[in-house]
Amino acid sequence: MSDAASSAARDAFAARLEHPAARALIRRHRLRWWEVLPWAAAIVFYLAFPDYLGFGTELLITILFALSLDLALGYAGIVTLGQAAFFGTGAYTVGLLAFHGIWTEPISGLLVAALAAAVVGLLSGLVLLRTSGLTLLMLTICTMALLEQAANMAHDYTGGFDGLPSLPIAPVFRVFEFNPLYPNTQYLYSLGVVLVCFLFLRTLVYSPFGQSLTGIRENLLRMHAVGSPVRRRLVICYTISAAIAGVAGGLWAQTNAYVNLSVLGLDRAATVLIVLILGGYGRLYGAFIGAVVYLALEHFLARIYPTAWQLGLGVFLVLIALFARNGILGLGERLWRGYRARRAKP
Amino acid sequence: MDFAVDLAGIILGGVSAGTVLFIVAVGLSVTMGLMGFVNLAHGAFAMFGGYVIVLAMNRADINFGAALAIGFFATAAVSTVLERVLYRPLYRAGELDQVLMTIGIIFIVIAATTIAIGPGSQTLQLPPALDGQLNLGFVQYRTYSIFLIVVGVLIVLGIWLAFERTRIGAQIRATVDNRRMAESLGINVDRLFTITFAFGSGMAAIGGGLGAEFLGLDPQYSLKYLVYFLIAVSVGGLGSVTGVYCASLLLGLLDFALKLYVPKGGTIFIYALTILLLLWRPQGLFGRRDT
Repeated sequence: MSDAASSAARDAFAARLEHPAARALIRRHRLRWWEVLPWAAAIVFYLAFPDYLGFGTELLITILFALSLDLALGYAGIVTLGQAAFFGTGAYTVGLLAFHGIWTEPISGLLVAALAAAVVGLLSGLVLLRTSGLTLLMLTICTMALLEQAANMAHDYTGGFDGLPSLPIAPVFRVFEFNPLYPNTQYLYSLGVVLVCFLFLRTLVYSPFGQSLTGIRENLLRMHAVGSPVRRRLVICYTISAAIAGVAGGLWAQTNAYVNLSVLGLDRAATVLIVLILGGYGRLYGAFIGAVVYLALEHFLARIYPTAWQLGLGVFLVLIALFARNGILGLGERLWRGYRARRAKP
Repeated sequence: MDFAVDLAGIILGGVSAGTVLFIVAVGLSVTMGLMGFVNLAHGAFAMFGGYVIVLAMNRADINFGAALAIGFFATAAVSTVLERVLYRPLYRAGELDQVLMTIGIIFIVIAATTIAIGPGSQTLQLPPALDGQLNLGFVQYRTYSIFLIVVGVLIVLGIWLAFERTRIGAQIRATVDNRRMAESLGINVDRLFTITFAFGSGMAAIGGGLGAEFLGLDPQYSLKYLVYFLIAVSVGGLGSVTGVYCASLLLGLLDFALKLYVPKGGTIFIYALTILLLLWRPQGLFGRRDT
């Protein structure tokens, strides 16, 4: 009867779930053992290199900034060179509020920075995302340049080219003060913020919403055809990405205790793009690898041989674009697959 | 009367600056329109050519005209090699890889120039015939600016004629319109790409040399003016020579006037205008809707 039929259907369904493809899909989002490693490494770094915590803080902020770009570029395929617009918005939000003594509490300050950047992202996304290709690239650059010039012109509030120095930032939880000489608080505070944002992003990209973003990146026409609200999804994604970049910018302003025009420059936007591509985009952990490799090389090479660093970076970028599409993680993945295939063969 | 003189000065200065912008950017527009390649390193060719021209004049005592020719051919030759080796494998790749590689090329060029020539700025000594003032009847202005404007008009006419009246121009237009159809008709698209790329880079070299006098020439050149080249190309419309000419002149005029009247942050208007224009016509002023 219907009982037997439904139990047969249930069995068939269960059997289908046992299919390797179905199992892979179901397990995709589960935590894997190695996902603990970056965070463990961050704690080890804190204990092992107390002299390099300033560097570590910068590293964490770069990771967060690259993660924000990964959402827009890696997952949704929005090719932008203007991500620093949101980083800068976040940084200036925190900077202006603190410098003029309106708001110095750090955690709520980050939320305000995220909100401000999200508003900029939403407004610019609503108009920019109607375009694609070179036009989109140009519009993102122009939006960023517009904000940079605006910050430059509003000299009375933003300090123009010189920026806002020595921002007063209240202690975290009213207890842990930011000390410029011993940036322990800055490091742990940044680590916490990055962890929270990362968990949010990880949940987001494995959600149906994140899946539809990947779909838009891979096949725009088909997503239109299956009735996905492509424009709305892209705008939402761009807004979230902007908010996270805003948090990164706010964090930068708080931990450095100053803001200047460099937060809005093409340099910063290009650097974060390079960091992300270097690590590998569209996989979250690329941001970690890229930031570590880039900043470590920059920290130790650029100070001593700035020209050789630039030359090496250029050669590296050309080689990556030509041979190692999808960065270090993509390369590692390919090598790992080749190794496994060779081992399985004999 | 004073106002008219001021206005004439702004127009002449702006148009001559815009002309240089056009000479550099026209190659970028054609290669982007033809190959769909986002070549951020185009300014590096202008810089390379500019260095060849200036160094040929300063160190080897070659005259201005010959130096321009040397710069054109040297840059065209170098760009042909680069096109074959680096650009070609990425024609079918995404914009992201193209952006990445061309940023890489910019970095390499900046570093190589700093190592080989030095971080300082090069100065161009104009030939005495161009270095004076010219009386136009109603206003007196720099001979060099007027020379640039005339050269620009000649180049626009030349390129326009080459596009409309020559066999290779017809092939380029056919390929921009429909690449597969053009290939089916037996047009050697690969060769066409190489030729246009080399020619565009050569033009950029001439632009770099002609503009060295007031844009300066230092290792950061290609980054410093990158946004201007891109604005000229995207506002003008990809692949449209007249479009890039108009956009360049507009940009030159605006930039010149704003620097004069709003010295601090006046460029904000340029960015705002670009955004509005591109929102109104994403394909640029003279671009076609379907590209």
